[in-house]
Amino acid sequence: MKRLTKNTLTYAVSITAAMTAASAFSATQITVATVNNGHMIEMQKLTPEFEKANPDIKVKWVTLEEGVLRQNVTQDIANGSGLYDVMTIGMYEAPIWGERGWLQAVDTSGNYDEKDILPSIRGGLSYEGTMYAAPFYGESSMVMYRKDLVKAAGMEINDRDSWEHIRDVAAAVNNPEKGIYGICLRGKAGWGDNMAFMTAMANSFGARWFDENWKPQLETSEWKNAVSFYVDLLTKYGPPGSSSNSFNENLALFNEGKCGMWIDATIAASFVTDPKQSKVADKVGFAQSPYAVTEKGANWLWAWALGIPAATKNAEAAQKFVRWATSKEYIQLVGQKNGWAAVPTGTRTSTYENPKFQKAAVFADAELKAINSADPTDSTLKPSPYVGVQFAAIPEFQAIGTTTGQMISGALSGSMSVDQALKSANTSADRQMRQAGYY
Amino acid sequence: MTLNQQRKLKTILTGLFAWSVALVLFFPIFWMFITSFKTELQAISVPPSLFFEPTLDNFRIVQERSDYIHHAWNSVVTSFGSTIIALIIAIPAAYSMAFFPGKRTKDILLWMLSTKMLPAVGVLVPIYILCRNYGLLDSKTALVIIFTLMNLPIIVWMLFSYFKDLPKEILEAARMDGATPWDEVVKVVLPLSVGAISSTALLSIVLCWNEAFWSLNLTASDAAPLTAMIASYSSPEGLFWAKLSAASTLACAPIVIFGWFCQKQLVQGLTFGAVK
Repeated sequence: MKRLTKNTLTYAVSITAAMTAASAFSATQITVATVNNGHMIEMQKLTPEFEKANPDIKVKWVTLEEGVLRQNVTQDIANGSGLYDVMTIGMYEAPIWGERGWLQAVDTSGNYDEKDILPSIRGGLSYEGTMYAAPFYGESSMVMYRKDLVKAAGMEINDRDSWEHIRDVAAAVNNPEKGIYGICLRGKAGWGDNMAFMTAMANSFGARWFDENWKPQLETSEWKNAVSFYVDLLTKYGPPGSSSNSFNENLALFNEGKCGMWIDATIAASFVTDPKQSKVADKVGFAQSPYAVTEKGANWLWAWALGIPAATKNAEAAQKFVRWATSKEYIQLVGQKNGWAAVPTGTRTSTYENPKFQKAAVFADAELKAINSADPTDSTLKPSPYVGVQFAAIPEFQAIGTTTGQMISGALSGSMSVDQALKSANTSADRQMRQAGYY
Repeated sequence: MTLNQQRKLKTILTGLFAWSVALVLFFPIFWMFITSFKTELQAISVPPSLFFEPTLDNFRIVQERSDYIHHAWNSVVTSFGSTIIALIIAIPAAYSMAFFPGKRTKDILLWMLSTKMLPAVGVLVPIYILCRNYGLLDSKTALVIIFTLMNLPIIVWMLFSYFKDLPKEILEAARMDGATPWDEVVKVVLPLSVGAISSTALLSIVLCWNEAFWSLNLTASDAAPLTAMIASYSSPEGLFWAKLSAASTLACAPIVIFGWFCQKQLVQGLTFGAVK
């Protein structure tokens, strides 16, 4: 009898152990594809917290270069490969892919508090009112300037200055002999590089990409004025080789103390005020983007968001992860672990209402103001048929934007005139829109 | 100037030229190496600094964030695996074409080489779909197959040029002694071609190790080799040069050390047929 009990006990223990092992073995594994941005790396580091709360889910990370990520996720999603369960996408892709049925709608039920998400960001990631990607961090654009240099030059920078005033400040601050350039702006060709900046600037000059019939408008006087102003400004007061500079190159120049002003993504504010990577951390001021004839669309709107491909086999686990990474609780967790200056911003109203965040982030007000003032559904002075501030959310835009970017970069480097650049860009855009069947 | 002096001058000038070329070629690697010991701010400073307080922080970050051993193992398996398979196919192919050339041998060789002329991106979609359909996405098997096919033309060409220069009389003598074609390859051709085969293998390994296009497009995490690890350190928003340099240094290290040990074979192989 004793032996029987012992055997029974042994079997019971073995079966329990086997079942535990089996359940551990059967944990759902999800693969998350992302880019190498500071906030994403932080999310990767904090993933064990998610796994602790959800022991049945294991998260595997794939970090890729931005261009490769776009290519890979497009391939994956268009072919329904199901290689990734969660993917980092932008505001450009979310509505287009949502419309095509490539993405699952984000589960915003329960305590997710969807209303807390900044309305412009939510709108930019939605198609017909349904959110197809959850914002992880959002950004607009604004002026970052050297308070010391501007003051020494006897000038001032305020919210929504005119572009003429910005040019005057750039001229006053410009001192190439000392290695200081009046203004640093994006010049590297690409729809997400120089064209993000250029489109916002052109919007403020009254320009638009397409008219109501989808005809490209690049040869209009508004575009000519904007691009001529930009080329003249950067040629006179910009650093040498501006046509190959984008976010990182300008960040490096600004942090080295070589730029009087820099107009770029609001996310840069956390880098330029970080003494660990900026020589001018305590000398930076912020202002809302300048404008020429209208404030509409003068600053862009972008969000890095987490989307779930329709082909995923682990939808439930993927939804759980996305809800966790874009929740208020996640922001709290980052604040507690890494300090409030390091939390992902530009997504939730509650972040900006948090006194700890307000105290830690000197740029908080300027950033929120910029994000709230951008409206992707109404970003041009004249009516336009597309959604998006610094892009038009149509599949053809990526190619059209990059071709136009190459032309404008060519005009900046002096290899062609502004008129030539815009004419070529317009011809190319017209051909692509015609081929795509818009008219 | 005497003839002797002229010769000396020529030697010095040739040496100087060779060193300058070597330095130009080596400079990017040297720069990558020292950048990996800089902070991000030092890495982007203009003018660039040669003297600085070195830090191992970037290597620590790479170790923390990436599973280096996992990526390195994938690189080893794919580059060595594909090279071995390619050699198994290429040796008999080159042997038959060198010793028993037919009417179309030259055309076949040219056709093989022509496959290298097609830009890889031209066949990306069909290969991606094939891999998806056979469940080979993010698998080492897919990379081994592609690397094998990718390097096969070069390997066949290199071995063919070497085999062609082997005296046919040696094979005839072996045949007189009753050697079968298998014996000819294994007991005569292979022992005579160890240098050529090892240098060809080395070249193939290096090409596979550095291959990025297919690695980035067909893998995600399980089969991602070191090239994919390097690519993950590029950032659209944030400074990354020092960390990227550290990742690149770590990725280059094994193959550089391996190449160093095999230098003799490599030089011998690359110059075979140069002096006839």
